[in-house]
Amino acid sequence: MIIRRSFEEQLQELQNDMLRLGRFVEEALGKSLDALARQDLQLAKQVVDADDFADDMTFGIQARVMQLLALQQPMARDLRVIGASLRIVVDLERIGDHAVAIAKIVRSLAGQSSLKPMVDIPKLGELSRRMVSNSLQAFIDHNTNQAIQVARDDDEVDDLCDLLQNELMDKMREDPTLVEPATRLLLVARSLERVADHATNIVEHIYYVETGDMRPLAREEHGYSARMDQALDHHEVESQNNVPIETR
Amino acid sequence: MNHNTPVSPPPNATWSQTARGPEMAPSTAIAGDRPPARAVKMETRDLDLHYGSKQALKSISARLEANSISALIGPSGCGKSTYLRCLNRMNDLIENVRIAGEVTLEGENIYARGVDVVELRQRVGMVFQKPNPFPMSIFDNIAYGPRLHGIKNKSQLQEIVERSLHDAALWDEMKDDLKKNALAISGGQQQRLCIARALATKPDVLLMDEPCSALDPISTLKIEELMRGLKEQYTIVIVTHNMQQAARVSDTTGFFLLGELVEMDASSKIFTDPTDKRTEDYITGRFG
Repeated sequence: MIIRRSFEEQLQELQNDMLRLGRFVEEALGKSLDALARQDLQLAKQVVDADDFADDMTFGIQARVMQLLALQQPMARDLRVIGASLRIVVDLERIGDHAVAIAKIVRSLAGQSSLKPMVDIPKLGELSRRMVSNSLQAFIDHNTNQAIQVARDDDEVDDLCDLLQNELMDKMREDPTLVEPATRLLLVARSLERVADHATNIVEHIYYVETGDMRPLAREEHGYSARMDQALDHHEVESQNNVPIETR
Repeated sequence: MNHNTPVSPPPNATWSQTARGPEMAPSTAIAGDRPPARAVKMETRDLDLHYGSKQALKSISARLEANSISALIGPSGCGKSTYLRCLNRMNDLIENVRIAGEVTLEGENIYARGVDVVELRQRVGMVFQKPNPFPMSIFDNIAYGPRLHGIKNKSQLQEIVERSLHDAALWDEMKDDLKKNALAISGGQQQRLCIARALATKPDVLLMDEPCSALDPISTLKIEELMRGLKEQYTIVIVTHNMQQAARVSDTTGFFLLGELVEMDASSKIFTDPTDKRTEDYITGRFG
């Protein structure tokens, strides 16, 4: 018997909306990367124009979280879900902002000569976007293994970003006419690296919701060792009290 | 935030497990943190209690730490008040009660032969759900216990009354009205007077059985603030139906269900990440 039906529904709705926001910013990021690859100004404009939706969703979710805290006095897992939502929503909103930043760079790059690193930018973009997507999946599935894996993937993004930055700086030294486009691409790389960091923050919150354990997964997963693989093998997915989340 | 202080678990209460994830670097979790270990003031071991043929407490083993507030929560009829009353032998007054197991106060079994129950109740005082001041002056209410224990000296009694009212955060409000009838003050003040009365005999332990359930929210917060101050000197055990109150005021929380102590742990752990699913279901309101 569910005693707090209305509270359950509100909690469910909160999680559904988080996911809706997550899907939205993931899509915005994908579009901005497509726009960059194809120099598609129309698509870039779409991303910029649509960002108000993410901002409104974020404020709406935050307001509801504060109401739930004040009116329902949640405890235990409910408290962890609600507390984590407040943080996750900010990370999602920031991912949306980075998608917009990239879309704006597409506009400023219009008509400029393309650079060879464009090959690697899509790769970096795909890695970061996949981290966002996997973090949302970990949220839906209550999957701590996947959460740990996302934090682990951040290393790859950081390495690739470093490589790309060095390469772009070399280009600038070789050919000063490339300074402007290369600088803009540096900003894209920086945005994508930040997106990956936000995805890592998100999985840290998910890990906390599922285990009650608040720990810096990003730091711990940095340069992980065989010990971690071993630990991961033994790690059971927490399935207790899982609430199905609407997937869309 | 102290991970280094070893805390030995009570025999049958489920203490916090460490991280449920893979063993990685030391956790920075705040949820499972234990406050520094305090000395054990009272302890029950395998405590059983029967009302006639009905078993109300099932092998309760728990430690109540000195200078801390332990809250006992659980649904009606779960045994938490019965357990509380075992701690100063209030259940002795009920017919057909059988008690087995051990209850110790500073290591001494309070159910041992030869224990003076009056002296025990002086050391383990009690405050009840409804304020129950005696129909006499504020001064006489507080002096009642000490007089019963043979203190006649007026200045000594005055000293006790003043100290007790100070400790109960009531002195400033009551110092000019000590002759006033205790029934004429507000409910919140009456309850603090009852606390002062319990403190007058200088107890070690203060048992509180839903001390705020008859009070308004502000009086409730005053009592909670008072409790936080009192734990410097006393060991407090409170039974409460109000989970927010347990979360606000207590260091340790024990969850009772059907006569069992399901789980007892730091309140910060119980209310963010309880170990037992039954505790989780109860405190999140999914019980039943």
